[in-house]
Amino acid sequence: MADLLTMTDAGLYCEAGDFHIDPWRPVPRAVTTHAHSDHARAGSELYIAAAEGVSLLQHRLPGARVEGLEWGETRTIHGVRVSLHPSGHIRGAAQVRVEHGGEVWVASGDYKREADPTCRPFEVVRCHTFITEATFALPVYRWAGPDAVMADVVSWCQATMASDGCAVLLTYTLGKAQRLLAELAPHLEAPVLVHGAVEPLNALYRAAGVTLASTQLVRDTPVRGGVRGAVVLAPPSAAVPAWLRRLHEPQMAFVSGWMRLRGTRRRRSMDRGFALSDHADWPGLLQTIRETGAQRVLATHGDSAALVRFLAETGLEAAALGAVMPGASDADEDGA
Amino acid sequence: MSGFRRFGDLYRALDETTSTNEKRDALAAYATDASDADLAWAVFVLTGRRMRRPVSGNVMRDWASQHTGLPAWLIEASYHAVGDLSETLAILCSRGQGNAPPDLSLAEFMEQEVLPLGAAEPDEQRQVLQRWWDTLDERDCFLAHKLVGGALRVGVSATLAVRGFAKGLGYAPSVVEHRLMGTWEPTAAFGARLRAADDGAADRSRPYPFYLASPLGDSPESSGERDEWLAEWKWDGIRAQLIVRGGEVFLWSRGEERLTERFPDLVVPAGHLPDGTVLDGEIVIKRDGVVQPFAVLQTRIGRTNLSAKVLRDSPAVFLAFDLIEWGGEDWRERSLRERREVLAQLLGASGTGPLQLSQAVVAPDWAALAGLRAQSRSLGVEGIMLKRWSSPYRSGRPRGDWWKWKIEPFTMDAVLVYAQAGSGKRASLYTDYTFAVWDGDTLVPVAKAYSGLDDEEIARLDRWIRAHTKERFGPVRVVEPVHVFELGFEAIQRSSRHKAGIAVRFPRILRWRTDKPAREADTLPALHRLLEQAAAAHPAQPAQAEPEAPSLFDDLGDDA
Ligand SMILES: [Zn+2]
Ligand SMILES: [Zn+2]
Repeated sequence: MADLLTMTDAGLYCEAGDFHIDPWRPVPRAVTTHAHSDHARAGSELYIAAAEGVSLLQHRLPGARVEGLEWGETRTIHGVRVSLHPSGHIRGAAQVRVEHGGEVWVASGDYKREADPTCRPFEVVRCHTFITEATFALPVYRWAGPDAVMADVVSWCQATMASDGCAVLLTYTLGKAQRLLAELAPHLEAPVLVHGAVEPLNALYRAAGVTLASTQLVRDTPVRGGVRGAVVLAPPSAAVPAWLRRLHEPQMAFVSGWMRLRGTRRRRSMDRGFALSDHADWPGLLQTIRETGAQRVLATHGDSAALVRFLAETGLEAAALGAVMPGASDADEDGA
Repeated sequence: MSGFRRFGDLYRALDETTSTNEKRDALAAYATDASDADLAWAVFVLTGRRMRRPVSGNVMRDWASQHTGLPAWLIEASYHAVGDLSETLAILCSRGQGNAPPDLSLAEFMEQEVLPLGAAEPDEQRQVLQRWWDTLDERDCFLAHKLVGGALRVGVSATLAVRGFAKGLGYAPSVVEHRLMGTWEPTAAFGARLRAADDGAADRSRPYPFYLASPLGDSPESSGERDEWLAEWKWDGIRAQLIVRGGEVFLWSRGEERLTERFPDLVVPAGHLPDGTVLDGEIVIKRDGVVQPFAVLQTRIGRTNLSAKVLRDSPAVFLAFDLIEWGGEDWRERSLRERREVLAQLLGASGTGPLQLSQAVVAPDWAALAGLRAQSRSLGVEGIMLKRWSSPYRSGRPRGDWWKWKIEPFTMDAVLVYAQAGSGKRASLYTDYTFAVWDGDTLVPVAKAYSGLDDEEIARLDRWIRAHTKERFGPVRVVEPVHVFELGFEAIQRSSRHKAGIAVRFPRILRWRTDKPAREADTLPALHRLLEQAAAAHPAQPAQAEPEAPSLFDDLGDDA
């Protein structure tokens, strides 16, 4: 029997149902796992996404026609049953379950297994074939747990504020930024200063009932050196001198899973790095693969070679799932 | 906090900053509050002293593989991603929760955990590592792995470590430097000695500020009579002061780099000089009485292990040309004539042995001297030094009494064959030129040069190039072979990558030979003869030998 989902020039495709998942070219029907730019690309005629993520998707793709599906609600497309299940990556991020002729495939999209106050936890969906992401697919990527990392973040912010400096947390604008704001809310009294790119997304999260720390736009503060003793949130691309000069003694920390390694921390030449990720670590990937019960695993999104070989050696049918997305690496996206 | 953890914090502080000042301050803070024994160990590992590594990295990888159940290839792949074995194994193996910190000082950890590994059987070694992996958290494991490996590689040079520790101890770096000389063991007693009040011992090792010569711009006639001047060859070695004081010998480069440990073949014989003697001179390598090119010296400097073979094959010679302290007295104000007289008596006239007098170049008049200078290249020297007999030993580079009269570069007359537009503000002009010499009836390109013409000449040549282009290959214009230029270059070497079989170093345009027709430009056989002459001047080190990667000693080679 032909594979239910195959890799094509436009991305992952279901021939039986004639729809794509996270296509990187315009297609008639795009089932979209989440609103990060390497998954949600403009130009398709119809987007099908988790109801919880529709407003984010519409913000990212203005004017797009988006249909929302409730969690677990089944939509039949040309006889193929499609449903969406939380992936725990960011708000509204979904795994796509595809069933046809008794065969079940799940495309994970991006996922994590850790608790995140801004979104639903990952749901294990049993399947025959599991398409897993592989962003952090080496055993050295092992997260310390969000509570431990956040304790470090909070104490660093407090120490920096106490010395009158600005603690600048550099992070992805969608997802990680709101996760940080939600985690910081109980610990901070003064508002967090945010870059203009972050605030509209905060508003969407708040509108959905997620509690975030209060925020204020950096651009509403005095131009030069005026901001003291504050926590600041911005995308990495914003960390340019012209923007930073508003801040008194800015200390920079990059919040990303890549900060797990000393070498990456040093290459980024940040004052600090915090390994808080919206992707699964190595134990998370293995646990998830095991729990799906899948006999066949296809890995994509990242350097999947080690994971594929490791799974193959444990007796699973494993392979890398072709093509790399063109221009996929957007520093401010992807929630790594 | 335990001493072990405190050292871990120092490691992180050093690792997380690129600022030299911050590193120095972190080291200073550590020196201030560490115990004597911990200080001694910290100095030991951070100044690059090494123990024999008790467990190899490969063995640790194997054990880690068995400990974690991860296949060896996956540990290898992880190591590639991380780039540091200590870190990789700490992440993969550490299962301790940090609630069982090693309540040990750095010294205790080294002496009770690391040192015994050296004498232990593999099975015992493995048990120790597994105990670490089971009980230490990732940070502690990382540090333990680093300490077993010996080299911390934390971006701190021995010099910076000394500066930082000295700051914390409240001494000048030279004091700490001096206390670290020779052999010592990292013990509490040694740590206490590092902290003890200054007894002036460091001053004994200090060199005088060096007197540096200036390039001679004019012809030497303008400097006065020939017999007012001492002429010496300008050796291509390392300028250094050899100091004998208080029964000890010290060797310092002009860059204030201590060379004492690198030249036992100079330091040991210098021990026979009278106490209170300071010589200024040039370190060179001599083989069979012939001074070797700088590259040979540079190779020897780069050796960490001075085996008997290295000392035999590349014996160092100190060519002394000045005596600046004698009988413990500062002789710098005395005349060069007086200083040289005693120096000559001290060293004798023989041209053998490791300590030799830098001989005067004998030439009755300036013309004869100029003639000898013209042979510099075949003698393997850079030219001639001129020093006024009546001059004191000054410091720095004051002009008038010490000149370096360096040889001219090699030259050739070559024909302009290709031109290409320049970059930057000259992007609209043809300023990158390729030159060729004759090989029979064909012109073979031998050099590219960009500089040497003035703006007016460049503009004139640019117009001519545009009007006389024969062909174009992309941005390159092939021009009619008409114009001849005199090119200067520093060296010539064999090259299989160039069609001509030779390559010249640092070519530049000396002048536009409008007087010369293209047919009279130089020939390739002539350049090959030049190559053979250059090679013959240094038989031990053929001319194509490139110096190895630049080292900190590069800037010591030139400049008398
Ligand atoms: Zn992604
Ligand atoms: Zn994502």
